[in-house]
Amino acid sequence: MLKHSIKVVVVVVAAVTVMTATAQDLYGALARIDETGIINVGHRESSVPFAYINDEQQPEGYSIDLCMRVVEAVEARLGKEVEVNFVPVNPQTRIPLIANSTIDIECGSTTNNLTRQQQVDYSHTTFITGTKLLVRADSGIQEVEDLDGKVVALAQGTTNERVIKAMIEEMGFDTRVINVSDHAEGFLALETDRVDAYSTDHILLYGLIATARDPEAYDVVGRFLSYDPYALMVGRDDSEFRLLVNTTLSELFRSGEILEIYNTWFDPLGVPPTDLLEAAFAIQALPE
Amino acid sequence: MNYNWNWQILTETPYLGWLWSGLQLTLLVSSVAWVIAFILGSLIGVLRTLKQPVVRALATAYIEIFRSVPLLVHLFIWYFVLPEVLPRNAGRWIKRDLPYPEYWTATVCLGFYTASRVAEQVRSGIETIPNGILDAARALSLSQRQLYRFVLLPIGYRVIVPPLTSEVLTIFKNSSLALTIGVLELTAQSRQIENYTFQGFEAFTAATVLYIVITLIVVWLMSYIERWTRIPGYLSQETS
Repeated sequence: MLKHSIKVVVVVVAAVTVMTATAQDLYGALARIDETGIINVGHRESSVPFAYINDEQQPEGYSIDLCMRVVEAVEARLGKEVEVNFVPVNPQTRIPLIANSTIDIECGSTTNNLTRQQQVDYSHTTFITGTKLLVRADSGIQEVEDLDGKVVALAQGTTNERVIKAMIEEMGFDTRVINVSDHAEGFLALETDRVDAYSTDHILLYGLIATARDPEAYDVVGRFLSYDPYALMVGRDDSEFRLLVNTTLSELFRSGEILEIYNTWFDPLGVPPTDLLEAAFAIQALPE
Repeated sequence: MNYNWNWQILTETPYLGWLWSGLQLTLLVSSVAWVIAFILGSLIGVLRTLKQPVVRALATAYIEIFRSVPLLVHLFIWYFVLPEVLPRNAGRWIKRDLPYPEYWTATVCLGFYTASRVAEQVRSGIETIPNGILDAARALSLSQRQLYRFVLLPIGYRVIVPPLTSEVLTIFKNSSLALTIGVLELTAQSRQIENYTFQGFEAFTAATVLYIVITLIVVWLMSYIERWTRIPGYLSQETS
Protein backbone atom coordinates (compact mmCIF):
# COMPACT_ATOMS: atom_id res chain seq x y z
CA MET A 1 0.00 0.00 0.00
CA LEU A 2 2.75 2.39 1.06
CA LYS A 3 4.86 1.26 -1.83
CA HIS A 4 2.00 1.93 -4.17
CA SER A 5 1.48 5.42 -2.73
CA ILE A 6 5.14 6.24 -3.16
CA LYS A 7 4.95 5.08 -6.75
CA VAL A 8 2.00 7.37 -7.38
CA VAL A 9 3.79 10.30 -5.81
CA VAL A 10 6.88 9.67 -7.90
CA VAL A 11 4.84 9.49 -11.08
CA VAL A 12 2.94 12.67 -10.22
CA VAL A 13 6.08 14.58 -9.33
CA ALA A 14 7.76 13.39 -12.54
CA ALA A 15 4.73 14.40 -14.59
CA VAL A 16 4.57 17.85 -13.00
CA THR A 17 8.29 18.36 -13.56
CA VAL A 18 7.98 17.41 -17.22
CA MET A 19 4.94 19.66 -17.71
CA THR A 20 6.55 22.69 -16.14
CA ALA A 21 9.75 22.06 -18.03
CA THR A 22 7.98 21.99 -21.41
CA ALA A 23 5.90 25.04 -20.56
CA GLN A 24 9.09 27.00 -19.75
CA ASP A 25 7.68 28.00 -16.37
CA LEU A 26 4.84 29.82 -18.08
CA TYR A 27 1.36 29.90 -16.65
CA GLY A 28 -1.88 31.82 -17.10
CA ALA A 29 -2.17 34.15 -20.07
CA LEU A 30 1.46 33.77 -21.18
CA ALA A 31 1.12 29.96 -21.29
CA ARG A 32 -2.08 30.30 -23.33
CA ILE A 33 -0.49 32.75 -25.77
CA ASP A 34 2.62 30.57 -26.08
CA GLU A 35 0.53 27.51 -26.81
CA THR A 36 -1.83 29.05 -29.38
CA GLY A 37 0.40 31.77 -30.81
CA ILE A 38 -2.58 34.14 -30.47
CA ILE A 39 -3.18 36.98 -28.02
CA ASN A 40 -6.85 37.88 -27.56
CA VAL A 41 -7.18 41.62 -27.06
CA GLY A 42 -10.57 42.87 -25.84
CA HIS A 43 -11.45 46.40 -26.92
CA ARG A 44 -14.33 48.86 -26.67
CA GLU A 45 -15.95 50.04 -29.90
CA SER A 46 -16.96 53.61 -29.07
CA SER A 47 -14.82 54.84 -26.18
CA VAL A 48 -13.26 57.83 -27.93
CA PRO A 49 -10.28 58.27 -27.76
CA PHE A 50 -9.36 55.19 -25.70
CA ALA A 51 -10.55 52.39 -27.94
CA TYR A 52 -12.91 52.76 -30.85
CA ILE A 53 -13.49 51.49 -34.37
CA ASN A 54 -11.97 53.84 -36.97
CA ASP A 55 -13.09 54.44 -40.55
CA GLU A 56 -11.16 51.38 -41.72
CA GLN A 57 -13.13 49.28 -39.22
CA GLN A 58 -9.98 48.74 -37.14
CA PRO A 59 -9.81 49.36 -33.39
CA GLU A 60 -7.53 52.24 -32.44
CA GLY A 61 -6.96 54.68 -29.61
CA TYR A 62 -4.85 55.46 -26.58
CA SER A 63 -5.51 52.18 -24.76
CA ILE A 64 -5.03 50.18 -27.98
CA ASP A 65 -1.61 51.81 -28.46
CA LEU A 66 -0.62 50.81 -24.93
CA CYS A 67 -1.84 47.26 -25.53
CA MET A 68 0.20 47.00 -28.72
CA ARG A 69 3.29 47.82 -26.64
CA VAL A 70 2.30 44.97 -24.34
CA VAL A 71 2.00 42.66 -27.35
CA GLU A 72 5.55 43.62 -28.38
CA ALA A 73 6.75 42.79 -24.85
CA VAL A 74 4.94 39.44 -24.99
CA GLU A 75 6.64 38.64 -28.30
CA ALA A 76 10.04 39.54 -26.83
CA ARG A 77 9.36 37.39 -23.78
CA LEU A 78 8.18 34.35 -25.75
CA GLY A 79 10.80 34.85 -28.44
CA LYS A 80 8.31 34.52 -31.26
CA GLU A 81 5.69 36.50 -33.13
CA VAL A 82 2.13 36.29 -31.87
CA GLU A 83 -1.04 36.98 -33.78
CA VAL A 84 -3.34 39.68 -32.38
CA ASN A 85 -7.01 38.74 -32.30
CA PHE A 86 -9.25 41.72 -31.51
CA VAL A 87 -12.43 40.90 -29.57
CA PRO A 88 -15.05 43.66 -29.14
CA VAL A 89 -16.38 44.00 -25.58
CA ASN A 90 -18.90 46.23 -23.79
CA PRO A 91 -19.40 47.16 -20.12
CA GLN A 92 -21.60 44.09 -19.62
CA THR A 93 -19.22 41.57 -21.19
CA ARG A 94 -15.74 42.85 -20.37
CA ILE A 95 -15.49 41.33 -16.89
CA PRO A 96 -16.97 37.87 -17.66
CA LEU A 97 -14.75 37.61 -20.76
CA ILE A 98 -11.63 38.33 -18.71
CA ALA A 99 -12.84 35.96 -15.97
CA ASN A 100 -13.37 33.06 -18.39
CA SER A 101 -10.09 33.81 -20.25
CA THR A 102 -11.73 34.52 -23.60
CA ILE A 103 -9.62 37.66 -23.72
CA ASP A 104 -6.14 37.99 -22.25
CA ILE A 105 -6.20 41.76 -21.80
CA GLU A 106 -8.86 44.47 -22.07
CA CYS A 107 -8.02 47.82 -23.62
CA GLY A 108 -10.76 50.35 -23.16
CA SER A 109 -11.92 52.84 -20.56
CA THR A 110 -12.36 50.68 -17.49
CA THR A 111 -12.28 52.17 -14.01
CA ASN A 112 -10.11 50.24 -11.58
CA ASN A 113 -12.04 49.70 -8.37
CA LEU A 114 -11.81 47.27 -5.48
CA THR A 115 -15.14 45.52 -6.06
CA ARG A 116 -14.11 44.70 -9.61
CA GLN A 117 -10.79 43.40 -8.30
CA GLN A 118 -12.71 40.52 -6.75
CA GLN A 119 -13.15 39.23 -10.32
CA VAL A 120 -10.29 40.72 -12.34
CA ASP A 121 -6.90 42.35 -11.98
CA TYR A 122 -5.57 45.66 -13.29
CA SER A 123 -2.37 47.13 -14.66
CA HIS A 124 -0.92 50.46 -13.54
CA THR A 125 -3.27 53.43 -13.91
CA THR A 126 -3.19 54.71 -17.48
CA PHE A 127 -5.60 57.63 -17.20
CA ILE A 128 -7.44 59.54 -14.50
CA THR A 129 -10.88 60.99 -14.93
CA GLY A 130 -13.97 61.62 -12.84
CA THR A 131 -17.63 62.48 -12.99
CA LYS A 132 -18.66 65.86 -14.45
CA LEU A 133 -21.79 67.32 -15.98
CA LEU A 134 -22.53 67.95 -19.64
CA VAL A 135 -25.07 70.76 -20.10
CA ARG A 136 -26.30 73.14 -22.77
CA ALA A 137 -24.09 76.21 -22.67
CA ASP A 138 -27.07 78.51 -22.05
CA SER A 139 -28.58 76.40 -19.23
CA GLY A 140 -26.95 78.27 -16.38
CA ILE A 141 -25.98 75.04 -14.62
CA GLN A 142 -22.49 75.35 -13.14
CA GLU A 143 -22.27 72.71 -10.44
CA VAL A 144 -24.14 69.67 -9.22
CA GLU A 145 -25.84 71.99 -6.68
CA ASP A 146 -27.70 73.66 -9.58
CA LEU A 147 -29.53 70.44 -10.43
CA ASP A 148 -32.40 71.04 -7.96
CA GLY A 149 -35.69 70.85 -9.88
CA LYS A 150 -33.93 69.76 -13.08
CA VAL A 151 -33.88 66.52 -15.05
CA VAL A 152 -30.63 64.60 -15.43
CA ALA A 153 -29.82 61.58 -17.62
CA LEU A 154 -27.54 58.88 -16.22
CA ALA A 155 -26.19 55.76 -17.93
CA GLN A 156 -27.33 52.61 -16.16
CA GLY A 157 -24.65 50.80 -14.21
CA THR A 158 -21.92 53.40 -14.47
CA THR A 159 -19.93 54.56 -11.47
CA ASN A 160 -21.16 58.07 -12.34
CA GLU A 161 -24.80 57.06 -11.90
CA ARG A 162 -24.09 56.01 -8.33
CA VAL A 163 -22.24 59.21 -7.50
CA ILE A 164 -24.89 61.60 -8.85
CA LYS A 165 -27.80 59.67 -7.34
CA ALA A 166 -26.08 59.63 -3.95
CA MET A 167 -25.43 63.41 -4.12
CA ILE A 168 -29.01 64.18 -5.14
CA GLU A 169 -30.29 62.11 -2.24
CA GLU A 170 -27.85 63.60 0.24
CA MET A 171 -28.79 67.16 -0.67
CA GLY A 172 -32.51 66.33 -0.74
CA PHE A 173 -32.93 67.75 -4.23
CA ASP A 174 -36.06 67.38 -6.31
CA THR A 175 -34.15 66.11 -9.35
CA ARG A 176 -35.65 63.64 -11.79
CA VAL A 177 -33.35 60.94 -13.12
CA ILE A 178 -33.84 59.45 -16.58
CA ASN A 179 -32.04 56.16 -17.18
CA VAL A 180 -30.29 55.77 -20.51
CA SER A 181 -28.37 52.75 -21.73
CA ASP A 182 -25.27 54.36 -23.25
CA HIS A 183 -23.45 57.63 -23.84
CA ALA A 184 -24.91 58.24 -27.29
CA GLU A 185 -28.44 57.93 -25.90
CA GLY A 186 -27.63 60.20 -22.97
CA PHE A 187 -26.42 62.84 -25.39
CA LEU A 188 -29.52 62.36 -27.56
CA ALA A 189 -31.68 63.00 -24.48
CA LEU A 190 -29.77 66.23 -23.85
CA GLU A 191 -29.91 67.25 -27.51
CA THR A 192 -33.70 66.74 -27.69
CA ASP A 193 -34.21 68.76 -24.49
CA ARG A 194 -35.54 65.75 -22.61
CA VAL A 195 -33.00 66.41 -19.86
CA ASP A 196 -30.98 69.39 -18.59
CA ALA A 197 -27.76 67.51 -17.98
CA TYR A 198 -25.97 64.27 -18.75
CA SER A 199 -23.26 62.98 -16.50
CA THR A 200 -20.38 60.59 -17.04
CA ASP A 201 -16.55 60.60 -16.97
CA HIS A 202 -15.37 64.05 -18.02
CA ILE A 203 -13.13 62.82 -20.82
CA LEU A 204 -16.02 60.94 -22.43
CA LEU A 205 -18.14 64.11 -22.22
CA TYR A 206 -15.47 65.95 -24.24
CA GLY A 207 -15.62 63.06 -26.70
CA LEU A 208 -19.40 63.53 -27.02
CA ILE A 209 -19.03 67.27 -27.61
CA ALA A 210 -16.38 66.60 -30.27
CA THR A 211 -18.84 64.48 -32.24
CA ALA A 212 -21.81 66.87 -31.82
CA ARG A 213 -23.25 68.83 -34.75
CA ASP A 214 -22.90 72.12 -32.87
CA PRO A 215 -20.10 71.69 -30.31
CA GLU A 216 -20.36 75.33 -29.08
CA ALA A 217 -23.86 74.69 -27.76
CA TYR A 218 -22.60 72.35 -25.01
CA ASP A 219 -20.34 72.69 -22.04
CA VAL A 220 -18.66 70.40 -19.53
CA VAL A 221 -19.10 72.03 -16.12
CA GLY A 222 -18.46 71.61 -12.41
CA ARG A 223 -15.80 70.08 -10.22
CA PHE A 224 -14.80 66.41 -10.29
CA LEU A 225 -17.50 64.50 -8.41
CA SER A 226 -15.65 61.19 -8.32
CA TYR A 227 -12.22 59.67 -8.84
CA ASP A 228 -12.05 57.20 -11.73
CA PRO A 229 -8.60 55.77 -12.50
CA TYR A 230 -8.56 53.83 -15.78
CA ALA A 231 -6.33 50.82 -16.24
CA LEU A 232 -5.84 47.87 -18.57
CA MET A 233 -7.70 44.84 -17.29
CA VAL A 234 -6.06 41.39 -17.02
CA GLY A 235 -7.01 38.05 -15.49
CA ARG A 236 -6.87 37.45 -11.75
CA ASP A 237 -4.15 35.35 -10.08
CA ASP A 238 -1.75 35.90 -12.99
CA SER A 239 1.13 37.98 -11.55
CA GLU A 240 3.51 36.91 -14.31
CA PHE A 241 1.42 38.45 -17.08
CA ARG A 242 0.48 41.48 -15.00
CA LEU A 243 4.16 42.05 -14.24
CA LEU A 244 4.90 42.00 -17.96
CA VAL A 245 2.12 44.54 -18.61
CA ASN A 246 3.28 46.79 -15.77
CA THR A 247 6.93 46.57 -16.83
CA THR A 248 5.89 47.78 -20.27
CA LEU A 249 3.87 50.66 -18.83
CA SER A 250 6.58 51.66 -16.34
CA GLU A 251 9.08 51.90 -19.20
CA LEU A 252 6.73 54.20 -21.12
CA PHE A 253 6.19 56.33 -18.00
CA ARG A 254 9.92 56.47 -17.22
CA SER A 255 11.01 57.42 -20.73
CA GLY A 256 8.27 60.04 -21.07
CA GLU A 257 7.12 58.31 -24.23
CA ILE A 258 3.68 58.07 -22.64
CA LEU A 259 3.18 61.82 -23.20
CA GLU A 260 3.74 61.42 -26.95
CA ILE A 261 1.13 58.68 -27.07
CA TYR A 262 -1.14 60.82 -24.88
CA ASN A 263 -0.83 63.85 -27.16
CA THR A 264 -1.57 61.80 -30.27
CA TRP A 265 -5.01 60.97 -28.94
CA PHE A 266 -5.96 63.79 -26.57
CA ASP A 267 -4.63 66.86 -28.39
CA PRO A 268 -7.49 66.71 -30.95
CA LEU A 269 -9.94 66.87 -28.03
CA GLY A 270 -8.06 69.80 -26.48
CA VAL A 271 -7.52 67.97 -23.19
CA PRO A 272 -3.96 68.34 -21.85
CA PRO A 273 -2.76 65.91 -19.14
CA THR A 274 -3.78 67.05 -15.66
CA ASP A 275 -1.20 67.53 -12.90
CA LEU A 276 -2.71 64.50 -11.17
CA LEU A 277 -2.21 62.30 -14.23
CA GLU A 278 1.39 63.49 -14.72
CA ALA A 279 2.03 62.72 -11.06
CA ALA A 280 0.52 59.25 -11.52
CA PHE A 281 2.83 58.62 -14.49
CA ALA A 282 5.85 59.73 -12.41
CA ILE A 283 4.89 57.61 -9.40
CA GLN A 284 4.28 54.50 -11.49
CA ALA A 285 7.57 54.85 -13.41
CA LEU A 286 9.09 52.13 -11.26
CA PRO A 287 12.84 51.49 -11.78
CA GLU A 288 14.05 48.26 -13.42
CA MET B 1 -12.96 29.57 -15.29
CA ASN B 2 -11.76 32.16 -12.84
CA TYR B 3 -15.06 33.33 -11.34
CA ASN B 4 -15.93 33.91 -7.69
CA TRP B 5 -19.44 32.59 -7.18
CA ASN B 6 -21.43 34.38 -4.51
CA TRP B 7 -25.09 33.42 -4.37
CA GLN B 8 -25.55 35.36 -1.15
CA ILE B 9 -25.43 38.58 -3.14
CA LEU B 10 -29.04 37.91 -4.16
CA THR B 11 -30.29 38.12 -0.59
CA GLU B 12 -28.33 41.24 0.32
CA THR B 13 -29.68 44.78 0.52
CA PRO B 14 -30.18 46.58 -1.78
CA TYR B 15 -29.89 43.87 -4.44
CA LEU B 16 -32.86 41.82 -3.26
CA GLY B 17 -34.93 45.01 -3.27
CA TRP B 18 -33.76 45.77 -6.82
CA LEU B 19 -34.87 42.35 -8.06
CA TRP B 20 -38.20 42.81 -6.30
CA SER B 21 -38.82 46.26 -7.78
CA GLY B 22 -37.71 44.94 -11.18
CA LEU B 23 -40.18 42.08 -10.91
CA GLN B 24 -42.97 44.49 -9.95
CA LEU B 25 -42.21 46.73 -12.90
CA THR B 26 -42.08 43.77 -15.30
CA LEU B 27 -45.49 42.63 -14.05
CA LEU B 28 -46.89 46.15 -14.19
CA VAL B 29 -45.63 46.97 -17.70
CA SER B 30 -46.73 43.58 -19.04
CA SER B 31 -50.18 43.52 -17.46
CA VAL B 32 -51.14 47.07 -18.39
CA ALA B 33 -49.77 46.48 -21.90
CA TRP B 34 -51.79 43.27 -22.08
CA VAL B 35 -55.01 45.08 -21.14
CA ILE B 36 -54.33 47.60 -23.94
CA ALA B 37 -53.38 44.81 -26.35
CA PHE B 38 -56.45 42.73 -25.58
CA ILE B 39 -59.00 45.54 -25.86
CA LEU B 40 -57.44 47.23 -28.88
CA GLY B 41 -56.57 43.90 -30.52
CA SER B 42 -60.13 42.62 -30.13
CA LEU B 43 -61.53 45.81 -31.60
CA ILE B 44 -59.22 45.75 -34.60
CA GLY B 45 -59.67 42.02 -35.08
CA VAL B 46 -63.44 42.54 -35.23
CA LEU B 47 -63.06 45.44 -37.67
CA ARG B 48 -61.02 43.11 -39.89
CA THR B 49 -64.03 40.76 -40.19
CA LEU B 50 -66.61 43.45 -41.04
CA LYS B 51 -67.99 43.85 -44.54
CA GLN B 52 -67.17 47.57 -45.05
CA PRO B 53 -63.98 47.67 -47.19
CA VAL B 54 -62.72 51.03 -45.79
CA VAL B 55 -62.93 49.82 -42.20
CA ARG B 56 -61.23 46.57 -43.12
CA ALA B 57 -58.46 48.41 -44.95
CA LEU B 58 -57.80 50.68 -41.95
CA ALA B 59 -57.61 47.69 -39.60
CA THR B 60 -55.31 45.85 -42.00
CA ALA B 61 -53.07 48.91 -42.29
CA TYR B 62 -52.77 49.10 -38.49
CA ILE B 63 -51.82 45.44 -38.24
CA GLU B 64 -49.25 45.57 -41.02
CA ILE B 65 -47.60 48.73 -39.71
CA PHE B 66 -47.30 47.39 -36.20
CA ARG B 67 -46.21 43.85 -36.88
CA SER B 68 -43.71 44.63 -39.66
CA VAL B 69 -41.55 46.94 -37.57
CA PRO B 70 -39.33 45.41 -34.86
CA LEU B 71 -40.46 46.19 -31.33
CA LEU B 72 -37.08 47.70 -30.49
CA VAL B 73 -37.45 50.19 -33.35
CA HIS B 74 -40.99 50.99 -32.16
CA LEU B 75 -39.68 51.77 -28.70
CA PHE B 76 -37.04 54.15 -30.03
CA ILE B 77 -39.49 55.89 -32.37
CA TRP B 78 -42.10 56.35 -29.67
CA TYR B 79 -39.59 57.48 -27.10
CA PHE B 80 -37.23 59.68 -29.09
CA VAL B 81 -38.97 60.62 -32.33
CA LEU B 82 -42.66 61.05 -31.40
CA PRO B 83 -42.11 63.99 -29.00
CA GLU B 84 -40.09 65.79 -31.71
CA VAL B 85 -42.75 65.54 -34.43
CA LEU B 86 -45.62 66.55 -32.14
CA PRO B 87 -46.43 70.26 -31.68
CA ARG B 88 -43.76 71.85 -29.48
CA ASN B 89 -45.84 72.08 -26.32
CA ALA B 90 -47.25 68.57 -26.57
CA GLY B 91 -43.75 67.18 -27.16
CA ARG B 92 -42.41 69.11 -24.22
CA TRP B 93 -45.25 67.84 -22.03
CA ILE B 94 -44.35 64.23 -22.88
CA LYS B 95 -40.67 64.83 -22.28
CA ARG B 96 -40.83 66.93 -19.14
CA ASP B 97 -44.22 67.01 -17.41
CA LEU B 98 -45.57 63.48 -17.91
CA PRO B 99 -44.63 61.47 -14.84
CA TYR B 100 -42.54 58.39 -15.70
CA PRO B 101 -42.42 59.02 -19.47
CA GLU B 102 -40.29 55.92 -20.10
CA TYR B 103 -42.79 53.69 -18.29
CA TRP B 104 -45.79 55.04 -20.22
CA THR B 105 -43.97 54.95 -23.55
CA ALA B 106 -42.91 51.35 -23.03
CA THR B 107 -46.34 50.21 -21.84
CA VAL B 108 -48.36 51.91 -24.58
CA CYS B 109 -45.87 50.88 -27.26
CA LEU B 110 -45.81 47.24 -26.11
CA GLY B 111 -49.62 47.27 -25.88
CA PHE B 112 -50.10 48.68 -29.38
CA TYR B 113 -47.54 46.29 -30.84
CA THR B 114 -49.08 43.21 -29.23
CA ALA B 115 -52.57 44.44 -30.22
CA SER B 116 -51.67 43.85 -33.87
CA ARG B 117 -50.85 40.23 -33.07
CA VAL B 118 -53.96 39.74 -30.91
CA ALA B 119 -56.09 41.27 -33.68
CA GLU B 120 -54.93 38.65 -36.17
CA GLN B 121 -55.83 35.91 -33.74
CA VAL B 122 -59.23 37.34 -32.94
CA ARG B 123 -59.91 37.54 -36.68
CA SER B 124 -58.80 33.95 -37.29
CA GLY B 125 -60.85 32.83 -34.27
CA ILE B 126 -63.96 34.46 -35.72
CA GLU B 127 -63.26 33.11 -39.20
CA THR B 128 -62.99 29.50 -37.99
CA ILE B 129 -66.62 29.54 -36.88
CA PRO B 130 -68.53 27.22 -39.25
CA ASN B 131 -71.12 28.70 -41.60
CA GLY B 132 -73.81 26.53 -40.05
CA ILE B 133 -73.62 28.52 -36.83
CA LEU B 134 -73.77 31.80 -38.79
CA ASP B 135 -76.79 30.58 -40.72
CA ALA B 136 -78.46 29.55 -37.49
CA ALA B 137 -77.78 32.99 -36.01
CA ARG B 138 -79.22 34.71 -39.07
CA ALA B 139 -82.25 32.42 -38.95
CA LEU B 140 -82.88 33.78 -35.45
CA SER B 141 -82.70 37.24 -37.09
CA LEU B 142 -79.93 38.45 -34.79
CA SER B 143 -78.60 41.92 -35.60
CA GLN B 144 -74.93 42.31 -36.51
CA ARG B 145 -74.23 43.58 -33.04
CA GLN B 146 -76.02 40.65 -31.44
CA LEU B 147 -74.28 38.24 -33.81
CA TYR B 148 -70.85 39.39 -32.54
CA ARG B 149 -71.94 39.76 -28.93
CA PHE B 150 -73.67 36.40 -28.52
CA VAL B 151 -72.18 34.12 -31.18
CA LEU B 152 -68.93 35.11 -32.89
CA LEU B 153 -66.93 36.58 -30.00
CA PRO B 154 -67.85 34.02 -27.30
CA ILE B 155 -66.92 31.13 -29.62
CA GLY B 156 -63.99 32.91 -31.29
CA TYR B 157 -62.27 33.77 -27.99
CA ARG B 158 -62.56 30.18 -26.81
CA VAL B 159 -60.91 28.90 -29.98
CA ILE B 160 -57.92 31.22 -29.63
CA VAL B 161 -57.07 30.63 -25.98
CA PRO B 162 -53.95 28.53 -26.81
CA PRO B 163 -52.37 31.08 -29.21
CA LEU B 164 -53.35 33.90 -26.85
CA THR B 165 -51.43 32.08 -24.12
CA SER B 166 -48.32 32.40 -26.26
CA GLU B 167 -49.01 36.10 -26.71
CA VAL B 168 -49.28 36.64 -22.96
CA LEU B 169 -45.98 34.81 -22.47
CA THR B 170 -44.40 36.85 -25.24
CA ILE B 171 -45.56 40.15 -23.76
CA PHE B 172 -43.81 39.30 -20.47
CA LYS B 173 -40.60 38.50 -22.30
CA ASN B 174 -40.88 41.45 -24.68
CA SER B 175 -41.27 43.76 -21.71
CA SER B 176 -37.53 43.27 -21.11
CA LEU B 177 -36.88 45.44 -24.19
CA ALA B 178 -38.21 48.38 -22.17
CA LEU B 179 -34.81 48.53 -20.53
CA THR B 180 -33.44 50.13 -23.70
CA ILE B 181 -35.40 53.29 -22.94
CA GLY B 182 -34.57 53.20 -19.26
CA VAL B 183 -37.39 51.26 -17.58
CA LEU B 184 -35.70 49.45 -14.71
CA GLU B 185 -37.58 46.18 -15.04
CA LEU B 186 -36.35 42.71 -14.12
CA THR B 187 -33.68 42.32 -16.81
CA ALA B 188 -32.46 45.89 -16.30
CA GLN B 189 -32.19 45.35 -12.55
CA SER B 190 -30.18 42.13 -13.13
CA ARG B 191 -27.80 44.10 -15.33
CA GLN B 192 -27.69 46.77 -12.67
CA ILE B 193 -26.72 44.18 -10.05
CA GLU B 194 -24.04 42.85 -12.38
CA ASN B 195 -22.70 46.36 -12.90
CA TYR B 196 -22.53 47.04 -9.18
CA THR B 197 -21.26 43.69 -7.93
CA PHE B 198 -19.86 41.92 -11.03
CA GLN B 199 -21.85 38.87 -9.96
CA GLY B 200 -23.70 38.79 -13.26
CA PHE B 201 -24.18 35.04 -13.47
CA GLU B 202 -26.06 34.98 -10.16
CA ALA B 203 -28.23 37.98 -11.06
CA PHE B 204 -29.22 36.62 -14.45
CA THR B 205 -29.90 33.17 -12.99
CA ALA B 206 -32.30 34.82 -10.56
CA ALA B 207 -33.99 36.71 -13.42
CA THR B 208 -34.26 33.51 -15.47
CA VAL B 209 -35.92 31.68 -12.60
CA LEU B 210 -38.35 34.56 -12.03
CA TYR B 211 -39.30 34.67 -15.74
CA ILE B 212 -39.89 30.91 -15.71
CA VAL B 213 -42.06 31.20 -12.61
CA ILE B 214 -44.10 33.98 -14.26
CA THR B 215 -44.59 31.99 -17.44
CA LEU B 216 -45.53 28.82 -15.55
CA ILE B 217 -48.16 30.76 -13.62
CA VAL B 218 -49.49 32.25 -16.87
CA VAL B 219 -49.62 28.83 -18.54
CA TRP B 220 -51.42 27.36 -15.56
CA LEU B 221 -53.87 30.27 -15.42
CA MET B 222 -54.61 30.10 -19.14
CA SER B 223 -55.15 26.34 -19.15
CA TYR B 224 -57.55 26.89 -16.25
CA ILE B 225 -59.39 29.53 -18.29
CA GLU B 226 -59.41 27.17 -21.25
CA ARG B 227 -61.03 24.38 -19.24
CA TRP B 228 -63.41 26.72 -17.48
CA THR B 229 -64.71 28.29 -20.68
CA ARG B 230 -64.87 25.13 -22.75
CA ILE B 231 -68.16 24.46 -24.51
CA PRO B 232 -68.86 20.75 -24.03
CA GLY B 233 -68.83 18.92 -27.36
CA TYR B 234 -67.80 21.94 -29.46
CA LEU B 235 -64.16 21.16 -30.13
CA SER B 236 -63.56 17.93 -32.03
CA GLN B 237 -60.60 16.83 -29.89
CA GLU B 238 -62.85 16.80 -26.84
CA THR B 239 -62.47 13.37 -25.29
CA SER B 240 -64.79 13.30 -22.31
